[in-house]
Amino acid sequence: MFDFPEIFALPLGEWINIAVDWLTVTLSSVFNIITIGIRTPLVYIERFLWWIPWWALILILAILAWKVARHWVATVTVIGLLFIGLIGLWDHTMTTLAIIVTAVFVSVLIGIPLGITAAKSDRFEQSIRPILDGMQTMPSFVYLIPAVFFFGLGKVPAVVATFIYAVPPSIRLTNLGIRQVAAETVEAGKAFGCTGAQLLFKIQLPLARPSIMAGVNQTIMMALAMVVIASMIGASGLGLEVLRGIERLDVGRGFLAGFAIVIVAIIIDRISQAFGRAGTTRK
Amino acid sequence: MADNNHKIRCQGLWKIFGPRPESIRDLIENGASKQEIREATGHVIAIRDVSFEVQDNEVFVVMGLSGSGKSTLVRCINRLIEPSSGSIFIEGANIGEMDEHDLRELRRHKLSMVFQHFGLLPHRSVIDNVTFGLEVRGDSKKERMENAQKALELVELSGWESSRIQELSGGMQQRVGLARALAIGSEILLMDEPFSALDPLIRRQMQEEFLNLRSKVKKTVVFITHDLLEALTLGDRIAIMRDGAIIQLGTPQEIVTMPADDYVREFVKDVPRGKVVPVSTIIEEPPLVTDGEKSVKATVEEMEKKGVDFAFIVNANGVCEGALALEDALAVKENGATKIGEVARREFPTISPDATLEQGLPLISEGDMPVAALDKGRRLVGIITRAALLKAVQSNGENSGAPKVTTHQG
Ligand SMILES: Nc1ncnc2c1ncn2[C@@H]1O[C@H](COP(=O)(O)OP(=O)(O)OP(=O)(O)O)[C@@H](O)[C@H]1O
Ligand SMILES: [Mg+2]
Repeated sequence: MFDFPEIFALPLGEWINIAVDWLTVTLSSVFNIITIGIRTPLVYIERFLWWIPWWALILILAILAWKVARHWVATVTVIGLLFIGLIGLWDHTMTTLAIIVTAVFVSVLIGIPLGITAAKSDRFEQSIRPILDGMQTMPSFVYLIPAVFFFGLGKVPAVVATFIYAVPPSIRLTNLGIRQVAAETVEAGKAFGCTGAQLLFKIQLPLARPSIMAGVNQTIMMALAMVVIASMIGASGLGLEVLRGIERLDVGRGFLAGFAIVIVAIIIDRISQAFGRAGTTRK
Repeated sequence: MADNNHKIRCQGLWKIFGPRPESIRDLIENGASKQEIREATGHVIAIRDVSFEVQDNEVFVVMGLSGSGKSTLVRCINRLIEPSSGSIFIEGANIGEMDEHDLRELRRHKLSMVFQHFGLLPHRSVIDNVTFGLEVRGDSKKERMENAQKALELVELSGWESSRIQELSGGMQQRVGLARALAIGSEILLMDEPFSALDPLIRRQMQEEFLNLRSKVKKTVVFITHDLLEALTLGDRIAIMRDGAIIQLGTPQEIVTMPADDYVREFVKDVPRGKVVPVSTIIEEPPLVTDGEKSVKATVEEMEKKGVDFAFIVNANGVCEGALALEDALAVKENGATKIGEVARREFPTISPDATLEQGLPLISEGDMPVAALDKGRRLVGIITRAALLKAVQSNGENSGAPKVTTHQG
């Protein structure tokens, strides 16, 4: 009487499983290509981060921070990374960094061209806008599902989930930045006989640069926010440490790993933001 | 068809903004106004059946209030905006028939444009802004630098090459915009309200420099403005636009002295006529013209008979050789034997008939004689009297002289 009659319950879950199975089989070559496309940079970046001595990495990041950002950022970089090393999380940090850098790299590689396309075509913009809006409102856990279905467990699906979650700002802000270039400046380009490519590379992209870099910065921040969640599908690194800390009620372990994530986030955020400003307005 | 003297020829041009321009043809033929059509269909008639020709080396000014279609018109000339119908010829070539490649070549070599808000590239230095057009068309680095330096010299901005755009004042930024346009060496310059965004003082200064520049380099210019004084100062001819149509096209003098309708009349009513009206409009017949062989005595008698105190001496070819004042003649003792050629002044105030009333004023106040209006061959065209000049300068409005009440704003 009070239970919903079971005969009316749609076997929707079944159907989705069937659809996913079908997709996995028919599109297997596509997923293979994607897997290779993600694994290749991931492996190289990981190898590099394992290969480079810890002091060299700290030095490089500190010099970078000193050059482009405010000087306190360089100080924070040195102290923060030393601290991470001292609490024994250096290797975990490198693993996490490899996943994030790969996800951001893929996001930028795909997001900026999509943003450019959206800026050039109203129709394309209108068709991707609801998708981007939807992506933003969905809880980030949702992205784990397709990633696991199509790519299994491990670092590659972690990168995929991170990419899906983090790419929208790159698309959005590239589109916005190009559309915000003053109409007269674009007209000037055309009036002097620019081709489409000249217009893009000599006028639109340089002038949209602050906006594009803000988008990339947001993408980085969102990728960092996925670190812990992505560890649920097999990404090792700092995220997994936090997860273990929670699972085993080991507050100290979870807290330290979480703190390391915050340090990494601050350093990357400051440096990437400074890159966006550099060249447009001087310090 | 192609007349070589026409740099730009615009024929039956229409531009209608909206989804289906052809759908409002009937409304237009039935004489609906721009406003009615906009309200009924959402279409905007920006250009309405415009035809004109711009001569080689002419400054053609298009003037009108905001929304009258000036920017749209000038953008049709380089096809930044596609006309709805009608055609435009540049040096005889129909630009509407050009494909993308030809159009790009046209823009790279034959037309350049200056924008109201400058349209500069803030991420580039001054020199890199000026070389922009040359870079786009693939000139070598050496050519780019040479041409850009020359252009910067013309706008008096040498020495600022490596400055950033943001460091420059508005007037200087527009000079960069002008230099960028000059650098490509095109014969045609399209200028969409180039000085409107500048402070009034800077604007006057830029206008002067523009005139100065025109005396140095040969350009055919289409100049857009909403400032009548600017139009009168800079234009060889002026087209006045309203609701997308040209309602009067003429020289500054024609516009000021013969406004086509009340709309134009309203525009020109406060214009200082002295700046535009040439002295040829107030030229009078010289009362006494003689040759230099006559005796002073005979001439004095003739002057007294006519009641004038001056005479002009003109030779057989009509060339004015001197002017005789009555007082000089009376001072001569042997007036029966002396020829007037000997006592006449060789130096006397003269003016070209094309000079403006304002330019005539200082001459009038100088001497005791009327000013002789001489053409290029120094032939006497007529005289300008002090009374006529002062009257003409002070009269405001039209020749009909019907007094109009002028309301001053602000
Ligand atoms: N892209 C467009 N879409 C629709 N209507 C337009 C468009 N561009 C211009 N118009 C309309 O066309 C008319 C002419 O505009 P235009 O910009 O040529 O005027 P203007 O004389 O240059 O005015 P202003 O002095 O304000 O610059 C105006 O009514 C304007 O609203
Ligand atoms: Mg305009």
